Amino acid sequence: MAKITLDNLAHSYMSNPRGDQDFALKKTTHVWDDGEAYALLGSSGCGKTTLLNIISGLLRPSQGRILFNETDVTYAPTAERNIAQVFQFPVVYDTMTVRDNLAFPLRNRGASSSYIAQRVQEIAKLIGLEDDLNRKARGLTADVKQKISLGRGLVREDVNAILFDEPLTVIDPQMKWELRTQLKSLHHELGHTMIYVTHDQTEALSFADRVVVMSEGQVVQIGTPEELFEAPAHTFVGFFIGSPGMNLLDAQVEGDKATIGATEIALPAGFGTPVGKVQIGVRPEYTRLAASGGLPVKVNRVEDVGRHKIVRAEYFGKAINLIVDEGTEIGTDMTQVVFDPAKVNVYVDDWRVQGEAA
Amino acid sequence: MDKTVNQKAWFLVLPVLVLVAFSAVIPLMTVVNYSVQDTFGDNVFFWAGLDWFREMLESERMWSALGRQAVFSFIILMIEVPLGVIVALQMPKKGFWASFALVVMALPLLIPWNVVGTIWQIFGRVDIGLLGYVLHSLGIDYNYTQGFFAAWITVIVMDVWHWTSLVALLAYAGLQSIPDAYYQAAKIDQASRWAVFRYIELPKMQGVLMIAILLRFMDSFMIYTEPFVVTGGGPGNSTTFLSIDLVKMALGQFDLGPAAAFSLMYFLVILLISWVFYTVMTNLDKRDGV
Repeated sequence: MAKITLDNLAHSYMSNPRGDQDFALKKTTHVWDDGEAYALLGSSGCGKTTLLNIISGLLRPSQGRILFNETDVTYAPTAERNIAQVFQFPVVYDTMTVRDNLAFPLRNRGASSSYIAQRVQEIAKLIGLEDDLNRKARGLTADVKQKISLGRGLVREDVNAILFDEPLTVIDPQMKWELRTQLKSLHHELGHTMIYVTHDQTEALSFADRVVVMSEGQVVQIGTPEELFEAPAHTFVGFFIGSPGMNLLDAQVEGDKATIGATEIALPAGFGTPVGKVQIGVRPEYTRLAASGGLPVKVNRVEDVGRHKIVRAEYFGKAINLIVDEGTEIGTDMTQVVFDPAKVNVYVDDWRVQGEAA
Repeated sequence: MDKTVNQKAWFLVLPVLVLVAFSAVIPLMTVVNYSVQDTFGDNVFFWAGLDWFREMLESERMWSALGRQAVFSFIILMIEVPLGVIVALQMPKKGFWASFALVVMALPLLIPWNVVGTIWQIFGRVDIGLLGYVLHSLGIDYNYTQGFFAAWITVIVMDVWHWTSLVALLAYAGLQSIPDAYYQAAKIDQASRWAVFRYIELPKMQGVLMIAILLRFMDSFMIYTEPFVVTGGGPGNSTTFLSIDLVKMALGQFDLGPAAAFSLMYFLVILLISWVFYTVMTNLDKRDGV
C-alpha cells in the first residue's frame, strides 16, 4: 500500500509535442492518499486511461515524476510497482481454468500453494464463481470473463494500489450494482488505494470517497461528491455532473449583483468586477418557476420523470433546465426563472471564483 | 412466406460441376482406369484387377520411398514450425520495419520451385557455388552429388529457406490479432516471457499454426521439383521421394499401371494423414472449450 504522488506529470503520444493541445495529459501535480478510494471521472478521450497507464507503468510519461511513498518509480517497470489493474474489456488466459486464471498473479510471485488455494477460494466467492473454478476460461460469456479479470485484480493482498479502468462496462446492470457495492466494502475491509476510472457519474459518486474530474487532459476538480455538486470548480464539472447539468449563463457581475439582459440577479457574496468571460452557474435543483421576479424565459416543455418534473426552457436560445417538485402546478403565466441566491456560482473564464464574505 | 420452388436453379450449379469434372474427377478417373489395366502398347488394354495395387504394396521400392518421404516431411516440420514461430515473434509489430520485414519474408515464397532448385544447385556446387566452394575450402567434405548427408542437408536447408516464411507469416498474422490489453494484463500479473508465450501467444496462434502445419505437411509430402533439380533423386536413391519415384516410374519406365496404382495410394495416404491431423487438432480445440 502506498501514497502515490504525481509530480508535474505530463504525457504526449507525439514525439515532438508543440503546444498544450498535443498533450493527452497536461501537467498534473497530485497526491493520491494511501488507502483512499478515488474515482477518476471524465468523458471519453480526456486522458483518464493515459493517467492510469502511467501510474501502472504501462506507459512512460513524457515529463514529470511519479512516486510511490517516497520512491521515484517513473522508470520502474510494471512488475516492480506491484500494482493491480483491471481493464475495460475482459482479459482472460483462454487455455487456463478459472482457478488457474485467478491463481496466476500469485503463482508468478511465488506464493505458497496452500495460500493460493485459500485466496483463490475467497476471491471466487466474492465474484460468485465458486462453482465454475474448474472450467476452462475459453467460451465463457463476456461478463463472466470480466469477473475473472476483476478477481485477478483483487487476488493479491499486498499490492500498492488497485486500478480499475471502466471495469463494469460489459457487465449487466444488476450485477454492476452488486459488484460495485462489493468493491466498496472490499475497500473498507482491505484499505487499498483504489483508483476507479469511469465516465458514469453515478458509478463515480457511489464508489468513491473523493472524485477526480478530468477534462481535456487536465484535472479540473478533486472533491467529495457533495463539493462537486454544490461548488463545481470548473464549468465542465458543473455541466458534466448532475442530470441535467448546471445552467450556465453569460452575465455581467458587479459586486453582489449579476445582470443578464435587464434582469438583476442577487449573488451570495461580493465578487468585485471580474473581467473576461463571466458566467453564472445554477444547478437546476436550485431554481423555480414564478410569475414574476425572475429571468423571463420561454418554456419549451415539461418532462415528468416520476420523482420530479424537469422544465426545459430557453433564454434567447440558451437552454435552461429546472427541476421542480412533482406536486408543483405549472401555470401558463409562470414564465420567469428565479434562482436561489445562496446557490449561484460565478465563473470567470470557466473557473469558479470565490466571493468575498458579505 | 412460402419458399419459391424453381428447379432452374440447378443450372446455376452446372458451371461448377463442369469445372470440377474436368479439373478433378475426369483426370482422377483416368488414373483409376490405368490402375486396373495392363497394356503391351498399341493402345490395347487388358483387365488386371487389383494386381498392380498388390504389386505396389509388396514393392520394396515404394516402401523405401515412402519411408524417405516420411522422414523428410517430419524433419522439415520439426524445423520450420518452431523456426517460423521464433521468426514471427522477432518481427516488428508496426511501422516501416514491419512492412519491410513482411516484404522480405514474402520474397522466397514468390520464387518458382524450379528456380529455387536451380539457385541451390548452383549455390552448393563445389566448383563455382559460393556455399560449396567455401565449405570445400574449409576442408569440409561437402558434395551433394556424392554424399548422402550432403544431399539430404542441402534438400532440407533449401526447403527450410523456401517455406519457413509461410509459417512465419501465418504465425505473425496470429500474433497481430492479439489486443494490447493482453500484454498489459500479463505485465500487471507479472508473467514471465515464457508465460506470455505459453498462455497468450501460443493459444492465439493455435488456429493459424494448425493451417501452417497442414499446408507444410501436404506440400512437403508432395515435393518434387526442388530436390529433382538439385539432386535428381540421388546420390543413388537417397533423395528419391515419392513424387520423384512416381514420375520415374510413369514417364521414365512408362509403367502406367503400377504408377497409377501408386499414385492412387499416394493420394489416399495424404488424404488420410491430413484428415487425422485435422481431426486431432479440432478435437483438441473442442476439449478446451468445455
